[in-house]
Amino acid sequence: MADLTSGQASGQASGLTSGLASGFATELRHALRSYGWIVAMWTRAALAYPASFWMTTVGNMAASGMDFVVIAVIFLHTSALGGWTLPQVAFLYGTSGLTLGLADLLVGSMDQLGERVRDGSMDTTLVRPVPALAQQAADRFALRRLGRIVQAGTVLTWSLGHLDLEWTPAKVLVFVSLVVCGAVIFGSVFVAGAAFQFVMADASEVQNSFTYGGMTMLQYPPTVFAKDLVRCTVFGVPLAFVNWLPALYLLDRPDPLGLPGWFRFASPVAALLSAVVAGLLWRAGVRAYRSTGS
Amino acid sequence: MYAAVCARGFRRYSTYRAATWARVITNTVFGFILAYTYLALWRVRPHLGGYDLSAALTYVWLGQALFAFLCMAGMGVLDDLQTRITKGDIAVDLFRPVDQQAWWLAVDLGRGGYQLLANGLAPMLIGGLCFDLRLPQGGALPAAATWAAFAVSVVLALLVSYALRFLVALTAFWLLDGRGVQMIYYLTCNFFGGFFLPITLFPAPLEMLARALPFVSVFQVPADVFLQRYDAVGTAAALGVQAAWAVVLLGAGRLVQARAVRKVVVQGG
Repeated sequence: MADLTSGQASGQASGLTSGLASGFATELRHALRSYGWIVAMWTRAALAYPASFWMTTVGNMAASGMDFVVIAVIFLHTSALGGWTLPQVAFLYGTSGLTLGLADLLVGSMDQLGERVRDGSMDTTLVRPVPALAQQAADRFALRRLGRIVQAGTVLTWSLGHLDLEWTPAKVLVFVSLVVCGAVIFGSVFVAGAAFQFVMADASEVQNSFTYGGMTMLQYPPTVFAKDLVRCTVFGVPLAFVNWLPALYLLDRPDPLGLPGWFRFASPVAALLSAVVAGLLWRAGVRAYRSTGS
Repeated sequence: MYAAVCARGFRRYSTYRAATWARVITNTVFGFILAYTYLALWRVRPHLGGYDLSAALTYVWLGQALFAFLCMAGMGVLDDLQTRITKGDIAVDLFRPVDQQAWWLAVDLGRGGYQLLANGLAPMLIGGLCFDLRLPQGGALPAAATWAAFAVSVVLALLVSYALRFLVALTAFWLLDGRGVQMIYYLTCNFFGGFFLPITLFPAPLEMLARALPFVSVFQVPADVFLQRYDAVGTAAALGVQAAWAVVLLGAGRLVQARAVRKVVVQGG
């Protein structure tokens, strides 16, 4: 829920006339409750076709599993990729899939916003007494996306069993923050991508490069990619903070870019920043919205 | 008439410029990501699966260039057919004096023509600028022959892809919500078609299974033709297999269509 709250917190700010903390908390509670209702409704709707629901859930699991089969086939031919072993790459794979899966489940339906803009049904969203962000995030909520979370979680558990990590309190903390912050960063990308669709309703595919493309990239070690590309994920769209940088600390590996050591612990800062930026973009998007035909 | 339908299919897709650019960008980004992973693997294992480094990179970029054309993650125009089946509009279509399979094939060929040009050229050019790709070699005549064989192979691949997607779309007559079957189709087609990794990298039993399935005809066969992995006889045989799959699967589509149409009558009556 973390990504949602932070995304909404910033999106909500426009609706606040006073800076009163209690008013803000009420607004937030209202937004979250509405989100919950819409989610429950879509879940009931999906379960009305049980055969299709289970097929899509299993299909989702298999779809994300296929990426891992590809990695497994690669490791049939080599014992290390970019200097990383199979359990280490599986750790990247698991964390990348888990964090994207969480973000996709909670706010992923926002990538269909372009359609709403095109057919004008965005108008209905804006006149309802529920924050637009909460409505759009819950719109067509798809429980079947649990498939990816379960699958990535399984691979992650397997990798942790084969990595022989010495768990210290600091490492546990970094690991927990990796999952939460990773989901927040991916969630912010979804929100920012949706905001972009207010301006370019037909260009929803672009955000796939950052969400699903980003996820695929983070499944492989950073040493595989050109340094400039890795730099873009540190200083541009902060995807490196999802799992690459924390993984360098957890798996005790050298940094291919030679960044200062504290970058490995900076994921919460990156997550906060991306949530704020996404919130601002969302506000700008809603303001720029012109109903269809105008 | 079908030619006119085909031309309009082309026009329809060319209307959405922003969507085209969005797809080109996405294909290019994925091309880079995959190219770097292939690069890492082929650096440790040069000539893996019989591909040298530049052939492997070309394989990646060909995949991205043909991604939209071959509908590796979408139904193409058959999304519309499926919606019409689910909503019941198909009943009206069946009144019309046209054959459904041929009609939608004409629209899909138009779509393919546009997406091959619009989504194929740019990723291939960018890939060619950033990586050392392999174009058909061996002098003017063999290279021209390869290009010609590749052109035929790509068209046959689209036919096989269309025949498979048509079957997938028809499942909506029984299941109403077709997303589950669609997803399973994309997965099997991407994996067994050699889109993620050439099937020659698979363990032996999986490779044999992949060879027996029609999905290689959708992607890996045209890619291998382009990379000149077959001799003249081999190329002819490969194209023959593609054509055979196209005929068999289009025939299967007709059979299923005939049964499905009867089902509509039952439901309506």
